[in-house]
Amino acid sequence: MFKNIPISALIGLFFTGLYFFIAIFAPWVAPYGMAEAVGDVWEPSSAKHWLGTDSIGRDLLSRMIYGGRTTIFIATAATILSFTLGSCLGLLAAVMGGWVDQAISRFVDLIMSIPTLICALVVLSVMPVTIPVLILVMGLLDSTRVYRLSRAVAVDINVMDYVEAATLRGEGRGWIIFREILPNALSPLVAEMGLRFIFAVLFVSTLSFLGLGVQPPGADWGGIVKENKDGIVYGIPAALVPAFAIATLAISVNLVADWILNRTTSLKGGRG
Amino acid sequence: MHPILKLVSQRLALGLLLLLAASALIFVGTQILPGDVAASILGQSATPEALANLRAELGLNEPALSRYFSWLGSAVTGDLGTALTNGQDIATSMGKRLGNTLFLAFWAAAVSVPLAIFLGLLAVRYKDRWPDKLISAVTLTSISIPEFLIGYVLMYFIGVKLGWAPSVAMINDSMSLGAKLAAIALPVTVLTLVVLAHMMRMTRAAILNVMQSAYIETAELKGLSSFQVISRHAFPNAIAPIVNVVMLNLAYLVVGVVVVEVVFVYPGMGQYLVDHVAKRDVPVVQACGLVFAAVYILLNMVADIVSILANPRLRHPK
Repeated sequence: MFKNIPISALIGLFFTGLYFFIAIFAPWVAPYGMAEAVGDVWEPSSAKHWLGTDSIGRDLLSRMIYGGRTTIFIATAATILSFTLGSCLGLLAAVMGGWVDQAISRFVDLIMSIPTLICALVVLSVMPVTIPVLILVMGLLDSTRVYRLSRAVAVDINVMDYVEAATLRGEGRGWIIFREILPNALSPLVAEMGLRFIFAVLFVSTLSFLGLGVQPPGADWGGIVKENKDGIVYGIPAALVPAFAIATLAISVNLVADWILNRTTSLKGGRG
Repeated sequence: MHPILKLVSQRLALGLLLLLAASALIFVGTQILPGDVAASILGQSATPEALANLRAELGLNEPALSRYFSWLGSAVTGDLGTALTNGQDIATSMGKRLGNTLFLAFWAAAVSVPLAIFLGLLAVRYKDRWPDKLISAVTLTSISIPEFLIGYVLMYFIGVKLGWAPSVAMINDSMSLGAKLAAIALPVTVLTLVVLAHMMRMTRAAILNVMQSAYIETAELKGLSSFQVISRHAFPNAIAPIVNVVMLNLAYLVVGVVVVEVVFVYPGMGQYLVDHVAKRDVPVVQACGLVFAAVYILLNMVADIVSILANPRLRHPK
């Protein structure tokens, strides 16, 4: 099975796995605690502190590891939420058609007519900024995009002969959604999931950077940039470390998603 | 009625309807969500009297529907209310900042649009050869990094290490155009990088799509010169998708500006919005949200209308 995986997808899988491994086992991997001050302000990297220390003397590597844990956890939870909600509604709209489809689709159009970031900022201005609220807001806003995709995919599948055959032999709506449409719609949805996950990582980082995401002393990658951004002007690159982490994570997930997408288009005999 | 006129007026009406619904959504988002606005503004330690005062000041004791219409009514006439935190009129403090934001977005667009179309054509011309691959690798990377990090990377290397451009973009009215442009050089670069990737990929896809269609082959086979093929057949069909791409990215620019302004301490709408979200100044957030949504909806509408107008098939009713 592993023979046919292209090298780029293997690299992507390796780094994605590595990041998730570090995120899950953060307390065992990190050399220091998340919030303990162990050195001077903005120490350069040394054998003791591989990435140096941050704006109040915490070990940057440990903070990055714990930050990755928070970022990846929020992004994963938001992606799961958006996927469950978006694809359920999308498949339902495609199967039901009629006014249900119209109502959900027009509501999604409405939400998508406002930029996601603005929408999130408006909502977060009145909600308490906690991790569950963040996950909820991000997941709900992102589910609109999943809805569009899954509905589009499902509408195509819904007119296939085998779906009609299932309807004619009297299967219920649940069977048609879960046994006929979902297995065939899964591949594009999984590829999309990768992109949505990256989007969630970027989004939560942006919110934290703006001070409206994970609140201190909790760490996440966007928050680390915010804490260390004043150092930039003095030539201290501590704030750039998360850039590297986010970029490598995003690129590796992208590589995996690309591979899945290519594999599925070739399965369908598409032109690639 | 001419079909184009009908389609355009339909799209205009839809835009207006969408704007109205968006304003309702923003209002609902800030006022009717679970949680007390007054409590979240004043924080946990507020006294009941202070809460009651603030509720009266915000008009929270009236029913939501009448609050919405009075808010919408005054917003339409240009009165956006006063900020809770400093009591200033929102419309006046927003006016200048909106100008600054549009100034930044305009220059970012002026740089990125021609560049993106040029690079997109280049990628099509050298499809599957190294320029195409290089361009797609660079765009993949720049899509994977959030705007604010691109901002800091550029600020660190270009602004601080090399000293080529100022690392904060403070501008004011007394500066000349040249000085202003020098001040916004870095933010414009960041915004360009952010939209360039997307715009270029979509331009490439749009042109490739057109060039592979059967009528281009026919035109080539019937002996038209390649210039005629492009000007008579490819260009009219490619213009709609390209304009669409450009407009969608301009709309994206308006949002990307929010983060970039915060990075470079630029006195624009985005910073205004983010500051007041942190201070939980609901009237300002509503007003900013409305303005951003209006610009976004407007640009999307223009994109659709241009692609309706650019579609020659609609000009001749069947």
